Amino acid sequence: MKKNNLKAWLYLIPAFIFLGVFMVYPLIDVLVYSFEEGYNFASQTSFGTGAYNYRYVLRDPYFLQALKNTFILVAITVPVSTGLALLISLGLNSIEKLRDLFQTVYFLPYVTNTLAVGLVFMILFKKTAYTDGLVNLLIKLFGGEAVDFITGPYWAKMFVLCFYTVWIVLPFKILIFTSALASVNKVYYSAARVDGTSKFRMFRTITLPMISPMIFYLVITGFIGAFKAYSDSVALFGVDLNAAGMNTIVGYVYDMLYGDSGGYPSYAAAAAIILFIIVLTITCINLLVSRKHVYY
Amino acid sequence: MQIRLEHLTKRFPNRNKKIKEDVIAVNDFDLTLPDGKLIGLLGPSGCGKSTALNLICGLLEPSSGRIFFDDDDVTSIPAERRGVGLVFQSYALYPHLTVERNIRYPLENLKGDKKLTKEQMKEKVLQAAKLVQIDELLERKPNELSGGQQQRVAIARALVKTPRVLLLDEPLSNLDARLRLQTREEIRRIQKETGITTIFVTHDQDEAMSISDTIIVMNAGVIQQVDKPQDVYDNPVNLFVAKFLGTPAINVFDGKVEDGVLYIGKDAVLKLSGIGNRPVKVGIRPEGFNPEENGPFVCDLDRVEVMCRDISVVSRHEGSETDIIRSIITSEHAKKMKGEKVRFSLKPEKVHIFDKETGERLYFETV
Repeated sequence: MKKNNLKAWLYLIPAFIFLGVFMVYPLIDVLVYSFEEGYNFASQTSFGTGAYNYRYVLRDPYFLQALKNTFILVAITVPVSTGLALLISLGLNSIEKLRDLFQTVYFLPYVTNTLAVGLVFMILFKKTAYTDGLVNLLIKLFGGEAVDFITGPYWAKMFVLCFYTVWIVLPFKILIFTSALASVNKVYYSAARVDGTSKFRMFRTITLPMISPMIFYLVITGFIGAFKAYSDSVALFGVDLNAAGMNTIVGYVYDMLYGDSGGYPSYAAAAAIILFIIVLTITCINLLVSRKHVYY
Repeated sequence: MQIRLEHLTKRFPNRNKKIKEDVIAVNDFDLTLPDGKLIGLLGPSGCGKSTALNLICGLLEPSSGRIFFDDDDVTSIPAERRGVGLVFQSYALYPHLTVERNIRYPLENLKGDKKLTKEQMKEKVLQAAKLVQIDELLERKPNELSGGQQQRVAIARALVKTPRVLLLDEPLSNLDARLRLQTREEIRRIQKETGITTIFVTHDQDEAMSISDTIIVMNAGVIQQVDKPQDVYDNPVNLFVAKFLGTPAINVFDGKVEDGVLYIGKDAVLKLSGIGNRPVKVGIRPEGFNPEENGPFVCDLDRVEVMCRDISVVSRHEGSETDIIRSIITSEHAKKMKGEKVRFSLKPEKVHIFDKETGERLYFETV
């Protein structure tokens, strides 16, 4: 028995080494950085230890802006994309003709490069000296007034960012939902039909519980993914996100490390730890809620 | 409630798209099912039994023909509003709901003036649960129940809304042999207690024979015979029905009738009238053989098998369709079974003669 144990540990060593070096050590290191004031990469020195980095970050208007942006992004895109994906999957599940074609079409954004999609969105939304952009043309067609979505008011920029994020994350969610829906045994629907169940009640009392593990999975990964948003913002608004007022927490961390105003690993570490705590808290809340509503 | 089917037909397009011809799963069903009886729909796998059931409950739409519940034409009424109870082969209990909520589910669908209060629902659920004797298990989830218990829950769920007709699709096929015997008695009891017209589909003739008031034998989408179980056994209308019912199966021989004598091979086994000279198929039930020293039917003895109270003689004859002939005899005859040959005389009421080509029954009188 003991010998076997030893063998098992031996097998686990490679995994442990890699996890330790690339996951655990960096995590601890970031935590250490976040408490070292004014750490300097070149000289490997700091002024001292304490919570000053956190105090600074939490008072930095750029960080507060990034925090606000991230929370708005999460609060809008996670429910909207999950709900929309569920609706589209239900539609896909109920059509018979051309289903494969539609599934392919809906999956295309997933295999398209983020920045390329960003470019397409620019063309759709950007207002230049020559053209107002496709969306503005449409708005004008219906008698509205052209809005500058890329460099204009905050709500317009936020709208484009949310729109873009939802569009990017949709395909994966649709993929998961269509397979989850297809795996629900049809006999339950037959049974419910014979018992005179309305379509809506079937959805609420059969479909939803049966696919609840998948919904839960997508909500959790959706939250985490949205909190870590960065590239979407860059694709739309360029690298100087602070100036555009569209920075995210991860963007702030990046700027603190490498941006024009960068070179502050301590602040970056503190911001990263704050993000980590937020994500951890939200995930824990999700788990608690799911225990009541998810059926395995 | 009486169920009347008028020329009910269901066609499916052929899976193999190269074949233009449709598959006819249910072919021109034209019959009336009596009120308050237990009706067994019996046939081999893939003969269209379940399709027929799905037509009656409305999950499938017929290609042509009409369905009446008493005098109401329900053909175009969707399953939701037909008021039938259906028990699925796999039970189809909602796995995420407790037994109680499973049984209550159909009640919660009632609308308008049929809507029930919480107390009424509770009472009805308890009533149905008591009827199938699972009132102790209401708090459990389906996966915490045995197959037999799940079956009962499914029946309770089908009964709770007091349906006009109860349909059971292969209700016993997922149960082990002992439980099957017990549950079929249970189904019989529940049907008697509720008096609801019940149709159950099965491919197991024992099941159908033992509990049905009436059985419908079907093959390849066509009704072969509708009758009381014993009558179907004693008086099969064709070779298919004769072969399908009875264990051990009927023994079938190639024979001929010549001048009022039935020949199997060279043996002149029976004198009869009513059938002219022609080649025929002869079916003889296993209990139709009388061992007799000078019997006209001479077979090669293979072995004698004793199974519980049955003694069966396995023998061979050149005229037999199958390799062996199985006959069941009484124990006093068993001692005489020695040597290489065994001779039988035949009980005429256990001998059925069929047309060699069509398999239709040819009736005869003994002389």
